[in-house]
Amino acid sequence: MKSAPFAYYDPASVAEASALLAQHENARLLAGGQSLMPMMNFRYATPDHLIDLNRISSLAGISIADGALRFGAMTRQRAIEFSAEVERLCPVMQEALVHVGHRQTRNRGTIGGSLCHLDPAAELVNLTALYDGTLEAESARGKRVIAFDAFAAGFMMTSLEPDEVLTAVTIEPWAPRHGYAFLELARRHGDFAIVAAGALIELDAGGKIARAALALSGLGPVPVRPEKAVALLKGATPSREAFLAAAEEAGKLEAMSDAYYSAAYRQHLAGVLTRRALAEAAHRAAERGAL
Amino acid sequence: MIEKRRIAVTVNGTLCEREVEPRLSLADFLRHDLGLTGTHLGCEHGVCGACTILFNGLSARSCLMLAVQANGHEITTVEGLSPADGSLSPLQEAFREKHALQCGFCTPGILCTATELLRDIPHPDEAQIRQCLSGNLCRCTGYQPIIEAVLLAAETLARGDAK
Repeated sequence: MKSAPFAYYDPASVAEASALLAQHENARLLAGGQSLMPMMNFRYATPDHLIDLNRISSLAGISIADGALRFGAMTRQRAIEFSAEVERLCPVMQEALVHVGHRQTRNRGTIGGSLCHLDPAAELVNLTALYDGTLEAESARGKRVIAFDAFAAGFMMTSLEPDEVLTAVTIEPWAPRHGYAFLELARRHGDFAIVAAGALIELDAGGKIARAALALSGLGPVPVRPEKAVALLKGATPSREAFLAAAEEAGKLEAMSDAYYSAAYRQHLAGVLTRRALAEAAHRAAERGAL
Repeated sequence: MIEKRRIAVTVNGTLCEREVEPRLSLADFLRHDLGLTGTHLGCEHGVCGACTILFNGLSARSCLMLAVQANGHEITTVEGLSPADGSLSPLQEAFREKHALQCGFCTPGILCTATELLRDIPHPDEAQIRQCLSGNLCRCTGYQPIIEAVLLAAETLARGDAK
């Protein structure tokens, strides 16, 4: 349970970190270390070169530009959990973050680290899918912006190039009175979710659903946005029937099986969590709209 | 051969300078290099919480950090929670009073986590305590006396503040 030896670097800039990545074979970036360090202790991961990003202070912080919320990749989960701006603009993030590990791991864990690790059940990955967020990456060849769907290439695999460093995640907040919900089922609090559902709803002046988004994790290698389910909601009056219809669509999504949970069980959970998340999001949209 | 790095870490108020291998975990640094064996290692992969310390005042799992990452930072271990005269902190007193430990293996991590909790939320309710301690496993007590001890410590601290 001790890591294999590695050479350690603690660069002070993204350019330096990217240059080290380009220069060395079998190099890994270290962000909060709450996933990579256990993997190294188990020797599932045995990098020869470990490049620690914790000294690059420009990578941490939450900012608002043109109405969008931008998180530096090294922003700690704790900082998002207690941010007044996030509470005001994207409260669903804080509802989801409570499920991310525990107090001690959120104190260290980062949004960028979670996205690069890309665990299929990770809450921050679900949220980035829910908001259809964009990611910024940097290397000596320049900077580029990547849409979430292009970033999440497969099971725990991003589309970042070997020398690229993820620098930021940006999401567009919804209208101030939107409703939201994040629900998941895990065997114990803080465990990886079996299935998780994030939902956002905006109501029009007549109380009908003007805009909806849904993201489900735990079904496949990356979170899915069930388009058919969302299409059913547009223009509908929020009701148990409308949510049941959307939930039925969510329950038809392809799901994986493992030693613990069958595909059918995951699909069942997808339906139940979709219905509950939509109902809660609609309830909050109505409540917040009435304020 | 991988070169050692020289680090300077403030541990429980004392500056400690050592040369360490990069792969040395912060937990092993505290236990083996500094002899602070109050920090316990249960799982060594970030699940049990026994190795929880305060890193710049925030709880963290010392098995998931490298000693080299602590260079220039401040660490508080369970040895640093009690006053210098060797008496117990109000939280530690409450643990004794409520019988909040049996084998004691998880206790250092729980004390560090609860110290942070009581600093951030001076009057936590039971749900907040349970959520905060969800990252610390205890196989003896069933948690109930631990919750009671944290509630009692919050009361004691509040009385102390009022004086």
